[in-house]
Amino acid sequence: MDAIILQFLNGLDKGSAYALIALGLTLIFGTLGVVNFAHGALFMIGAFCAVTVQRLLSLSYEVEVEGETDFLGNPMTTDIPYVQSWFGEAIGQGIIDWSVPLAILFAIPVMLIVGFVMERGLIQYFYKRPHADQILVTFGLAIVLQEIIKQIYGANPIPTPAPEAFRGSLDFGVWLGFDPNTIIYPYWRLVYFFFSAFIIAAVFAFLQFTTFGMVVRAGMADRETVGLLGINIDKRFTVMFGIAAAVAGLAGVMYTPINSPNYHMGMDFLVLSFVVVVVGGMGSLPGAVLAGFLLGILQSFASMNWIKDILPGIDQIIIYLVAIAILLTRPRGLLGRKGVMED
Amino acid sequence: MLGLNRKDLTLMMIVAAMTLLAPIILNPFPSDSAMAQFNAGYPDLMQRFVIFGIFAIGFNILFGLTGYLSFGHAAFLGVGSYSAVWMFKLLSMNVIPAIVLAVIISGLFALVIGYISLRRSGIYFSILTLAFAQMSFNLAYSVLTPITNGETGLQLALDDPRVLDGGSSGGSLPVTQLFGLEMRATTQLEIGAWSFDFNVGYYLCAAIMLAVFYLAIRIFRSPFGIMLRAVKSNQQRMNYTGLNSRPYTLAAFVISGMYAGLAGGLMASMDPLAGAERMQWTASGEVVLMTILGGAGTLIGPVLGAGFIKYFENIFSKINDNVLHSWFAVMPDGIEDFLVTIVHPFVGKGWHLTLGLMFMAVVIFLPGGLVEGGQRIGRFVTGRRNKKAGGAEAEAARKQPAE
Amino acid sequence: MTKSNFTRRGVMKTGAVAGAGLALPTYLRAQESFTNNPTGDTVTLGFNVPQTGPYADEGADELRAFELAVEHLNGEGDGGMLQTFSSNALEGNGIMGKRVEFVTGDTQTKSDAARASARSMIEKDGAIMISGGSSSGVAVAVQGLCQEAGVIFMAGLTHSNDTTGKDKKANGFRHFFNAYMSAAAMAPVLEQLYGSDRNAYHLTADYTWGWTQQESIQAATEALGWTTVNNVLTPLAETDFSAYIAPVLNSGADVLVLNHYGGNMVNSLTNAVQFGLKEAQANGKQFEIVVPLYSELMARGAGQAIAGIPGSQNWDWKIENELGDRYKGTNAFVQSFGEKYGFPPSQAAHTCYAQTLLYADAVARGGSFNPCSVAEALEGYEFDGLGNGPTLYRAADHQCFKDVVVVRGKENPENEFDLVEIVEVTPAEQVTYEPDHPMFAGGALGECNPGA
Repeated sequence: MDAIILQFLNGLDKGSAYALIALGLTLIFGTLGVVNFAHGALFMIGAFCAVTVQRLLSLSYEVEVEGETDFLGNPMTTDIPYVQSWFGEAIGQGIIDWSVPLAILFAIPVMLIVGFVMERGLIQYFYKRPHADQILVTFGLAIVLQEIIKQIYGANPIPTPAPEAFRGSLDFGVWLGFDPNTIIYPYWRLVYFFFSAFIIAAVFAFLQFTTFGMVVRAGMADRETVGLLGINIDKRFTVMFGIAAAVAGLAGVMYTPINSPNYHMGMDFLVLSFVVVVVGGMGSLPGAVLAGFLLGILQSFASMNWIKDILPGIDQIIIYLVAIAILLTRPRGLLGRKGVMED
Repeated sequence: MLGLNRKDLTLMMIVAAMTLLAPIILNPFPSDSAMAQFNAGYPDLMQRFVIFGIFAIGFNILFGLTGYLSFGHAAFLGVGSYSAVWMFKLLSMNVIPAIVLAVIISGLFALVIGYISLRRSGIYFSILTLAFAQMSFNLAYSVLTPITNGETGLQLALDDPRVLDGGSSGGSLPVTQLFGLEMRATTQLEIGAWSFDFNVGYYLCAAIMLAVFYLAIRIFRSPFGIMLRAVKSNQQRMNYTGLNSRPYTLAAFVISGMYAGLAGGLMASMDPLAGAERMQWTASGEVVLMTILGGAGTLIGPVLGAGFIKYFENIFSKINDNVLHSWFAVMPDGIEDFLVTIVHPFVGKGWHLTLGLMFMAVVIFLPGGLVEGGQRIGRFVTGRRNKKAGGAEAEAARKQPAE
Repeated sequence: MTKSNFTRRGVMKTGAVAGAGLALPTYLRAQESFTNNPTGDTVTLGFNVPQTGPYADEGADELRAFELAVEHLNGEGDGGMLQTFSSNALEGNGIMGKRVEFVTGDTQTKSDAARASARSMIEKDGAIMISGGSSSGVAVAVQGLCQEAGVIFMAGLTHSNDTTGKDKKANGFRHFFNAYMSAAAMAPVLEQLYGSDRNAYHLTADYTWGWTQQESIQAATEALGWTTVNNVLTPLAETDFSAYIAPVLNSGADVLVLNHYGGNMVNSLTNAVQFGLKEAQANGKQFEIVVPLYSELMARGAGQAIAGIPGSQNWDWKIENELGDRYKGTNAFVQSFGEKYGFPPSQAAHTCYAQTLLYADAVARGGSFNPCSVAEALEGYEFDGLGNGPTLYRAADHQCFKDVVVVRGKENPENEFDLVEIVEVTPAEQVTYEPDHPMFAGGALGECNPGA
């Protein structure tokens, strides 16, 4: 029982990452109808926003250490971050320690701008082009973005720890009356889960309860009619693209303490996020979120030892197996709309 | 002639001439000059050009004609490679049984996957094929290691049975051959400062590619091909007229899977190793990119796209700073270093960057792919004289509402 | 006007005329016949390293070492380990008077791409030796290719038992240590650190290297008296290991062994630390994490998570300073590498540098570039002064036997290049095994192949 609760929690967490990435993708892919292979790259850029903030905050000047030498025999130097000399050591260190949450503030404007520039500069010319062309151009863009990050930060993963206060884990099992250590859960993963839930809710609320959101939803359903009514739907789609980029970017920022980011992390998530969106059903936002959680939880259960003992390697293929099963039983995924990307 | 109209015959002849003369055409620079870096006329790369050409031609029969975008075609290539290497291990080093088995097994594989996946269309179809391919890759890498040798890839071993060849051949591994003609046999021709490699394996691949290219032309022009185009332009209308399109699309899927298997079998015949990463989604994505880059729905486009990507992968990745310095050595020091710094990010370990930029440039400036580029050049050269004829295929390509 | 002749650039040729299908005699040349016999005043080596993908940084470090080695062979720079190398056959005038040139390629850490790149080096550039690489799959694939083509393969970083075990080849040589040696070296240290009554839980990357690593360390620790609670295979493509790590603490284990490398290792270790395994108590003991194979770059990727975690290395740049003269060569290499690039070399760089020198030296001692002569010169060769102490290149499987360094993540690293401290060095005798040891059985070297 405890093992099942544990994997359920794990699955919620995995699922919230999938859902968040898929949500951004489905805004662009499921609704604007652009096959965006650069979505993984947006997630990656978000993660590197966190790295950048960390680097900026730890910008340092060198001080020579008396009487010591480095490995080449030159005088040893040590780095003192500017923030430490400005605000004192304790506060300075505290600020660096909180670089990942602080990066959210940095990432939102950066990702919005990236999204706007991408849409205005490139994607808008591809709305009417065949999907094949969209794939090629966005894949090319993804490679270029990736390579730029690689030139700046290298290929190695870069550790970006969570703030001290969120390290360690919560003994969840004790609350439920289990023995200590049976169900433990890292604080940061809980933070990630609640953060995703908040972002998902915010996006839904925005689309559901604002006039802007209403127009966008109308535009998704029938772009031409909305245009004929004299509404400049293009401008709103640009905004949506920016929001999608920001959602992907924030997913990336918050993910960095869970896994050290590297330049190709976007590609690792790309295929998965497409699977999630399609399993959820094209054109359905709730579908993408639902599919994200479903696949995350099933994947966690598939990695349980006794299941792996019965079906070796099941954890390698569970996502794809479930995707096939769902697509064969429900022709348009979980909550897909008719006629979106079907021909 | 050969059942082709004049235009197709010309195309076929051009392709035949190009492939047969490839060892010369691809080595335009003297072998000791600084530009020799750009020579692509060595056996391995030439073999890759035609093998991936076959792969892309086959992919295009499905995608270009029916519009069904398979994102798992690499699985068939991988299955073909594995079957071929197993044939070398168990039966004989002759490439014929290996290639035949590769085509049959991948055809069967395609039949099963196609039968299931074709129940859906559009993006749902793409994801189904992707899922099958990714499952094949993941399992081949881990659980199926007894069959696939996992991470390392399936290779020949000294103690393989090789029933027809009479088992082990002493202390060294046997080489793949066609009735005694070794695939790796190469004759080198030196003319002045130039040198050209003529490789048996390449010519075998080239001959096969010409055969399957001819087959592809026939398919494109046949009633079957027209039926497939009808699926692409409006499947619903087709269904309403009482035609069941499924058998046609399934046939196209299996044929293109067999092309992929053939490519896999040839790959293993040229270099007897089959690795799991041949089935990964990136490999499937590559053939999609090759086809779109070259021009989906055109006959020659996919081959051009394949050549383009493989050229970048193999030539640009090998340009390092030393090579750059040797190119710019004639410049004054400061300018030399400056030029090296400018070019450095785009070559060697940065070859991906150049490739990404090329993808974007092609799709932005040449909406019909490389084929359109060729036609524009052609039109520019011949003036407006042939405007009508030259524009026809580009027009056709543009009309494809490819999915 | 047309003359048809056979030069060093004619590769893998057997003299059959293409198209016509006429087989001509294979050996038409008076001189010695082998693939890419260098006839001019230069000799070309091929350095095939990952330049794109997750191991690109490791590949870049290998490439730096290769460039340095070539410099030293050609008599430029300060000579590095040539000064301390026990053999004096190399004079700083290239190899046998031929200036060393090199070509580079990108393996992409994929066997296919690596073989394509190596073939282009052999066929197009006339490379006589291929070296480099950062994973065992690639090493085994390229080694097989070199065997078929008739050139020497000097493996870079490859740690699987199979490279010199069931997939060993007569033309391939490995300087780097392997999974068995890691385990044998770690065992006494683990006993000393954590006692002989421990329960280990293994997470293992689900591919060949992971399995050989796990098999080796399980055997070695069980010999100490440890019990193995469970061994769970994790998918290679996995990035989030939470589902595998969460059940560990409640499984009755008190040690977690992570048989992962590269990105897998960075992520699984980071995840394990997130789950609080480092601070946890189990069975009344402090819970411990072990990473059998360490790499500096991965340590850098994992950051603070590696503090206190033990693992093994082929070599460490601090070893001569800390353990003395036995490891001479280390400082000479670190000095010239550090001066050229500004930071100390990784173990991947070291093994690549050493392999290049060893190859050049074997050519010089054997007096020929013929792969069979090189192989003969390397087989059973004992040498010293390349930073690992006295070392043997065993003839039976072309594996180097030398001391293995056991390290531990530093609690308070001073900079990003000084992340580990040396705990212990396990002497070569303790990590040596019989060539027919069951973990290495099943393959055969075959005969050396000079190609042509």
